[in-house]
Amino acid sequence: MHREFCRRGAWLLPLALAACDGPQSALDPAGHEAEAVSQLFWWMAGASLVLWVLVVGLSFYASRRREQPWPARRAARLILVCGALLPTLLLAALLVFGLRLMPVLRAPGDGLRVEVEGQQFWWRVRYVLPDGRRFETANEVRLPVGSRTEFLLTAQDVIHSFWIPSLGGKMDMIPGTTNRLVLEPTQTGRFRGACAEFCGASHALMAMSVEVMEPEAFTAWVEREAGAAAASTDEGAALFLARGCGACHTVRGTAAAGRVGPDLTHLGARPTIAAGILPNSPENIDRFIRETQAIKPAARMPSFGMLPPAESAAIATWLGSLR
Amino acid sequence: MVIRIRDKADLWTLLMPPTVWALHFLFCYLVAAVHCAKKGGINLAEPSSGASFAPLAEVRPLVAIGTAVALALIVVSAWQAWRHWGAGTEDPPHDAATPEDRQHFLGLATLLLSGLSFASVIFIALPAFLITDCR
Repeated sequence: MHREFCRRGAWLLPLALAACDGPQSALDPAGHEAEAVSQLFWWMAGASLVLWVLVVGLSFYASRRREQPWPARRAARLILVCGALLPTLLLAALLVFGLRLMPVLRAPGDGLRVEVEGQQFWWRVRYVLPDGRRFETANEVRLPVGSRTEFLLTAQDVIHSFWIPSLGGKMDMIPGTTNRLVLEPTQTGRFRGACAEFCGASHALMAMSVEVMEPEAFTAWVEREAGAAAASTDEGAALFLARGCGACHTVRGTAAAGRVGPDLTHLGARPTIAAGILPNSPENIDRFIRETQAIKPAARMPSFGMLPPAESAAIATWLGSLR
Repeated sequence: MVIRIRDKADLWTLLMPPTVWALHFLFCYLVAAVHCAKKGGINLAEPSSGASFAPLAEVRPLVAIGTAVALALIVVSAWQAWRHWGAGTEDPPHDAATPEDRQHFLGLATLLLSGLSFASVIFIALPAFLITDCR
């Protein structure tokens, strides 16, 4: 029985370790703050293991190996040292370590500012460049590697929480308040962010794609993203406006200038749609238009299943082509 | 509260160390809050550099003096409790229904509370010395 359990356990171990990396793991850090937090976590986990072994070992020793009572004086000293002095010193060391970390992690940003507003159930993302230019996007954050980007976080409706585990700790987004968070990615790559505060029916479906890029690639992306989409004047564009999508969504370069829903100007260039839920493809965009409430329950956008399939497909194709 | 050294332990002497701890916490909190509100500010209209945070260097002497006073009061309280306990001449539990045992019990409890309050006061003061500004 025991051996059987061990054999199964051995199978599970690589699986458990494999769960540590990936695009959304605080244990696989790719940012300055995440590295500090993960280092702290491993030190604490290691030290807890040592203490646990020590305590269990002592209780085993006391109950099985040595059954005579200890002299009262020695026992009192053991309790004083191991039960009071040692924990106080350990806590003091942890407190000093944590407090010394804070000024480093909270140093100001290098100039790029990203304002993110949480809404049920997506993220409005506004870039403010060091030269003062601004542009808006949604559900996607791109950052230059090696520089400190300042996030100003707020919420429109209820409390959300902004968390990119691979890059740093989480920060609440509170209506009426602006919170600051500075992240410094140290590796390029694709990551995933998530809402970390329960915010409603589709809380678990509120994610975002994060891409850390080389500075040159980032600058090129900014130049492209700040401009209007290469909006074609095909059937999809006309239908998008005719069916009223522009009342809620903005596509810069067209007459659509709604402020209720996500900006769709460069939707085709984003890796995911529906706030990190579906891979970006015209089929998925079409599905999201027709079955919005099935994919994202309680979202403010109604399902547009009443559109003729050919029309929604044309709109989806056009949106997918906005790069 | 204990203004003078008392020969007998009572509830007031027992409450002394945690009360000092609470007052020290309130003092540090108020000093930092007032200083940060008056000397710093956030201007969100300006990109990035819009936030100006007051350095904590100016509050350090105040926190240091407050902490020294609090620790001194706790040490006096502990010394007094040590005498009430009987300087360790008798071991706990002091649970007999006699005036002596009540004194010993109150003394030991106050002594232990003094230890807790001493460590806590130091923990509360540490951030002022390890964090650079009001951020």
